[in-house]
Amino acid sequence: MIGYANPRRFLDATRPLLPWLFAASAGLIATGLYLGLFAVPPERQQGDAVRIMFIHVPAAWIAMGAYALIAISSVWALVNRHPLADVAAREAAPLGALFTALALITGSLWGKPMWGTYWVWDARLTSFLLLFFLYAGYMALWNATEDETRAARAAAILAIVGAVNLPIIKFSVDWWNTLHQGESIFRSGGPAIAAVFLWPLFIMLTGYTALFAGLWIVRIRTAILRRMIRTRVSPEYSR
Amino acid sequence: MMIQSLAMGRYGSYVWSAYGVSALLLVATIALTWRAYVRAVAELRRLERDDEASSP
Repeated sequence: MIGYANPRRFLDATRPLLPWLFAASAGLIATGLYLGLFAVPPERQQGDAVRIMFIHVPAAWIAMGAYALIAISSVWALVNRHPLADVAAREAAPLGALFTALALITGSLWGKPMWGTYWVWDARLTSFLLLFFLYAGYMALWNATEDETRAARAAAILAIVGAVNLPIIKFSVDWWNTLHQGESIFRSGGPAIAAVFLWPLFIMLTGYTALFAGLWIVRIRTAILRRMIRTRVSPEYSR
Repeated sequence: MMIQSLAMGRYGSYVWSAYGVSALLLVATIALTWRAYVRAVAELRRLERDDEASSP
């Protein structure tokens, strides 16, 4: 794993992965969309609004997973000074923010017909909105100073401190009285959702994960190439 | 039948809006990410060619 600290080795190792990741994501998302939009029957209480779940829930899971990735990469960057760790964290942030925005938007569009409102300040929604602000703050810190070392350190500290929000999001529906429904998939006693809804959900989650991984790798590769360009143009540039 | 299934009861506008916004943002992200990568690759290749041309 440490070998991938070498940017050239990372570029060589990740090149063959990309076609598979994007092909897998395209196939899985297409399958998930077909099942979710046309094959799955309307749910007894939610009717056809249940179809929003197949893009809302995977987006939310990716949003939280991406932040966990940033926090872990930040620890690695601070403790081990791994050359690619802060690059990996920085390049995951815009993607994490995107999936957070998707979860918030699709959740609002589900909430209007179900709850009668696009938004409510309950614990789950509020902590998820905070996640979006954490992403925004993280990206802003990276751009706050021209000194990349200081920017990386400040951003890493924010990412690690902000990780406390992840269990708050996860357990908010248990700790507080929320409008958002409680845990219905990963719970003791097994999922409370019928298999006909679970399969498209997991297919979409896998597709979204492959898409995130592919885009993340492309972003890291772009960052490495830009650094190589800067080094060629200004040989004194190094970090 | 087709119009009924697209209308999705009274939830059609919400469902299609959710899928439409998701598709728009994801496709835009994929396009922008790929464009930045392709530009970086092209720029590096240009610099490498210039280096080879200028070396004795």
